[in-house]
Amino acid sequence: MDMLYGLFIAPFADFGFMQRALVGSLMLSLGACPVGVFLMLRRMSLSGDAMAHAILPGAAAGFLLYGLEILPMTIGGLIAGIIVALGAGAVSRFTIQREDASMAAFYLISLAIGVLMVSIRGSSVDLMHVLFGTVLALNNEALTLIGGIVAVTLVSLAIFWRALVAECLDPLFLRSVSRLGSPVHFIFLGLVVLNLVGGFQALGTLLSVGLMMLPAAAARFWTVRVEPMCVLAVLIGFASCIAGLLLSYHASLPSGPSIILSAGVVYFASILFGTRGILRARVIHHRHRTA
Amino acid sequence: MTQTCLTFRDLTLGYGSHPAIHHLDGTIRKGSLTAVVGANGSGKSTLMKGIVGVLKPMAGEVIRASGLRAAYLPQQSELDRSFPARVVDLVSLGLWPRRGLLGRYTKEDRDDVSKALMAVGLGGFEKRPIDTLSGGQLQRTLFARVLLQDADLILLDEPFNAVDAKTVGDLIALIKRWHGEERTIMVVVHDLDLVRQNFPETLLLARQPIAWGETRETLKPENLLRARRFHEAWEENAPWCEPEGHDHAHDHGHGHAHDHSHDHHHGAGPRAA
Repeated sequence: MDMLYGLFIAPFADFGFMQRALVGSLMLSLGACPVGVFLMLRRMSLSGDAMAHAILPGAAAGFLLYGLEILPMTIGGLIAGIIVALGAGAVSRFTIQREDASMAAFYLISLAIGVLMVSIRGSSVDLMHVLFGTVLALNNEALTLIGGIVAVTLVSLAIFWRALVAECLDPLFLRSVSRLGSPVHFIFLGLVVLNLVGGFQALGTLLSVGLMMLPAAAARFWTVRVEPMCVLAVLIGFASCIAGLLLSYHASLPSGPSIILSAGVVYFASILFGTRGILRARVIHHRHRTA
Repeated sequence: MTQTCLTFRDLTLGYGSHPAIHHLDGTIRKGSLTAVVGANGSGKSTLMKGIVGVLKPMAGEVIRASGLRAAYLPQQSELDRSFPARVVDLVSLGLWPRRGLLGRYTKEDRDDVSKALMAVGLGGFEKRPIDTLSGGQLQRTLFARVLLQDADLILLDEPFNAVDAKTVGDLIALIKRWHGEERTIMVVVHDLDLVRQNFPETLLLARQPIAWGETRETLKPENLLRARRFHEAWEENAPWCEPEGHDHAHDHGHGHAHDHSHDHHHGAGPRAA
């Protein structure tokens, strides 16, 4: 019993930084995982990755001007992310180019600018910090920021849920009954940026998208409805955060990759054992009914 | 004078600089049931998109009666069949005009969804995931959604594709029921026998209206022949259509097929009531 306590409870009970890391990462899961589900269902999984890269120059600009401070870097990241999201979204909505191509173009340009800016002043250690973040160094300021982002995300999702589902399921239909199609698309991209920015302090610009996509991708193997899929993704996100932080604590590993790899383990397990996974579909042959 | 539902005023719709519907004038009467026929590329789907407002006119306008609620069943749906939704979720989208973004679905709404599914012969399909439906079943599901939209103007673009004969009969019965309820209906159809049997009015298109009015008149052999001679391809260097010149086919020179067939319809609309 003591060993269990030592393994699972003590790290969080004894250390303030672990508690803050836990609260921060759980809040992040609550907002980012449902967003990830819709990102996946809209076949924009890689757009999330692109957006994460696109945030870099904004964060770098904040870093250049104010040093390693959370607020300027976050606001910078937000601005850069929104410019890229709106730019790429507008190009795909109003020209013949598809979103994947416009997104790739915008984020590559953005990433190059970001790397350029960091290298002008920072050492590679700073670059590492921006790219990979550190969940163990979340201060109260960062936690407040993440809390705000989660609140905005959940409220927006609740309000625009029906439109978002309609826009994913049958965009042409939504356009024929309502003018909300384009606004909802941009609001959704805004939520993606917001959650990536929220995650980058904890997990870094590159890995924050992992907490968004991996639980969503894993949840896809278990259910055929959107609502349970979102709930399941959040639960997988929670489990990954707890497992990742414990792994990081006990094995002295970096926390960001530990969390994402935990989610990765759930993902692979889901591929194999999910109700819509490989084993059920291929290996186990079901009996079939007469009709 | 009966009420008009739609008025086309010198309407030109198209893609790039090329018109797919060229200078269409006329009116759709409230409560009318019109078949839209014509060869591939004659502008049928484009006209539908223009009416519903998904495609903006290059010139002219579509005037919709005020407060008009339109339901549109496109030929090429952008429906994502891999989306994790059940039949009931898809059909419930048709409640949008009634409940909008935030209105809660009531028990009555859910009953209406079931009734709509029953009406298209899919009673009991509520919980089926949409990726398990056959093509014809999906088409009927979309019909159920149109049914639920409770629209004054119903636009159906080739609704009978990939649908078996029995279901075509069911869907035609549904369309006739709508017609009986004084709804205005426009249907793009290819099967001329079906049109002759079931549609009182027909619009024969070949980029411009070849004939428009009572079905038997419109589908006369000479009209069909004229529609068949319509030149489908765009010509890259077709001369620009001059504002004043559109009354005479030979002025805008991009199609050899249409002679003076259409000019006596200009501004007149359907002649038959």
